[in-house]
Amino acid sequence: MSDTHAQSVAFVRETAIPAAPPPSRERGPIKWMRDNLFSTWLNALLTLAAIYLVYQLAVFALPWILNGLWTTSSLSECRDILQGETGACFAVLTERWNQLLFGFKYPSAFYWRPGLAFILLFIAAAPVLFFDLPRKMLLFTGLYPFLAYWLIWGGPLLAPLTALIGVVAGYLVYARFVKDNFAKGLAAGVVAAVVVWIAGGYLTELLAPNRPILPAVQSRDMGGFMLNLILGTVCVSLSLPIGICLALGRQSNMPIIRIICVVFIEFIRGVPLITLLFVANVVLAYFLPPGTNFDLIIRVIIMITAFASAYIAEVIRGGLAALPKGQYEAGDSLGLDYPQAMRLIILPQALKISIPGIVNVAVGLFKDTTLVSVISMFDLVGMIRGPVLASTEWNGVYWELFSFAALLFFVVCYGISQYSQWLERRLATDHR
Amino acid sequence: MKTTLILGTLTAVGLTAGAAAAATLDDVKDRGKLNCGVTTGLVGFAAPDANGEWQGFDVAVCRAVAAAVLGDPMAVEFVPTTGKTRFTALASGEIDLLARNTTWTFSRDVDLKFEFVGINYYDGQGFMVPKALGVSSAKELDGATVCIQTGTTTELNLADFFRVNNINYEPVPIETNAEAQQQYLAGACDVYTTDASGLAATRAAFEDPSAHVILPEIISKEPLGPLVRHGDNDWGDIARWTLNALIAAEEYGITSANIDELANGTNNPEINRILGTEGNLGEMLGLDADWAKRAIKANGNYGEIFAKNIGESTPIGLSRGLNAQWTNGGLMYSPPFR
Repeated sequence: MSDTHAQSVAFVRETAIPAAPPPSRERGPIKWMRDNLFSTWLNALLTLAAIYLVYQLAVFALPWILNGLWTTSSLSECRDILQGETGACFAVLTERWNQLLFGFKYPSAFYWRPGLAFILLFIAAAPVLFFDLPRKMLLFTGLYPFLAYWLIWGGPLLAPLTALIGVVAGYLVYARFVKDNFAKGLAAGVVAAVVVWIAGGYLTELLAPNRPILPAVQSRDMGGFMLNLILGTVCVSLSLPIGICLALGRQSNMPIIRIICVVFIEFIRGVPLITLLFVANVVLAYFLPPGTNFDLIIRVIIMITAFASAYIAEVIRGGLAALPKGQYEAGDSLGLDYPQAMRLIILPQALKISIPGIVNVAVGLFKDTTLVSVISMFDLVGMIRGPVLASTEWNGVYWELFSFAALLFFVVCYGISQYSQWLERRLATDHR
Repeated sequence: MKTTLILGTLTAVGLTAGAAAAATLDDVKDRGKLNCGVTTGLVGFAAPDANGEWQGFDVAVCRAVAAAVLGDPMAVEFVPTTGKTRFTALASGEIDLLARNTTWTFSRDVDLKFEFVGINYYDGQGFMVPKALGVSSAKELDGATVCIQTGTTTELNLADFFRVNNINYEPVPIETNAEAQQQYLAGACDVYTTDASGLAATRAAFEDPSAHVILPEIISKEPLGPLVRHGDNDWGDIARWTLNALIAAEEYGITSANIDELANGTNNPEINRILGTEGNLGEMLGLDADWAKRAIKANGNYGEIFAKNIGESTPIGLSRGLNAQWTNGGLMYSPPFR
């Protein structure tokens, strides 16, 4: 049968045709563009409009950046050199970068100290942020606040050491008594820590060397982006635990605790941050006895922390409310007491739900630290608006300075937001 | 009995507190530093330079007082204050002296309980217009749009001026000087009005200052001066006479260049009394005889301070005007040292 037509067929293909490449419009960048940029005529129009916009922006900004001058000594010199051409005067950054980063009074010989503290911050934060890292690194995280304080403020080593010993002593005493009763343990721990601190305070004054290893720098000498970072880091890390306590307290069955938490949260949320800062700066000065110098940075840290913890408490309360009642009952049915149920069942789930909200508050808070410029602290924005723009050389330079500030803040805030997205992916246990 | 006792104790406490608060001079000497309130930054008047050292016209007053009291013009702790925080900082004792281009007004002197120790700059509200507008007097500004900072006395002064002259204007309210600069340059308003010194500083920062003119009319009085708290007249005297010494030094030709020579004694008794070679003026103030010499030596006399920070050779380029010595037709007039 098959032989019959063997002669009548000219060619019989015995191997498969090698796969031809897809048509040129169905592959590579062209396909990508057809799919993503020009899929419909509306999208094509939008794409063209966007390209035009980007082009206009580039025409405007590129010569400004590329023509920028980096080495002049004043704005008028910049203008002399540019002769009316477009060009930025980045020289203000080359001359004043140290003031923008560290403030104008931090001794320039000690810039390495906050610099080192900043680098160590990453090492200290790593085990908290990335929990795959060895847990032993947490030891350094615990030491870091004291180390950073010593690096940035300087002064006798004994001061941060006393603070550290006080915390350790408090924890040991707490661990000893907490087996009987949580409240008893907490009280005993606090008492032990305070005793150590008071004793250490006297000892520090007695033993303080005349020439400490790191000379002391006053709080009012802090400034620039360093101040924003100090305020942001300290306030975020303090407001998280306080916010959790407030959120739990607000849901508590004990009326006094619940009322205190509700009043605190509602009061702080009802007052603008700038009002709190004015209170910290101006009003407190009236109440304190004359001559007392209650550190302004600490006053500001307390106020910003209170503000942020009220917001974080509400975010976490949202997370707690989102959990089905069954989770609470599951904890009870397992015979867990309140702290165990919270720690093992409720909070891990509630915090996971709250991550976007918490990050939102943290990013907002970090940017809000620029508000301290209105109470005459020289953070990055305060430095720009005050000393730099008020100098005869640089009066009139706006774009360069504020773009620099925007860049610094963007890098930090974008980093935080990228981390939070990673964290959400990492913690995603549901099956979608 | 008990009530009287308590009241008596309270009075005693109040008196000691008053006495303790009164001796600002002792506090400053104990501290070894003068706490001086300045602005957070105003071109020519107070701003830290690239090395973080404060420079400026108001700063010079702080340095002169520190030199007179402590013997070291650098022994000043500058406390930057904003327009909102300056008075509380002074009232609460955080600073000993406020030298922050503050206008001397009745209510600040009387109601806020401060003592202005003199005037180191006579300012007043003026107008700036683009030269292209072809205006040579503020009275020709009928129908103009005016950029003005909200919530300041300048706003009220402006309304008064235009009402008195029976002409109309359209206000463009703005928040800060920096914003005003941008708005004015962008042509959002024909006229920008604020204190004349501020106008000069603003104009100096323009790319082409010669394209803008400051009109001759000054429509308000803004006497700027350093101030101290009520209640310590001795301290107020020190600040007042340090400022007067700077002004008198210019009048009598005492400069930072020739002061050492003059301090060896001259045949002008007034100079001798200022520099402490005759009389005991320093002792009366509770200071030593050389107090004024050190104050003048710190930055030079009033004229030198003016020329160095805001005078015609600087980018700000203010002329002396009202701030010239009374002998040159200005208002700078120090009472006699005698």
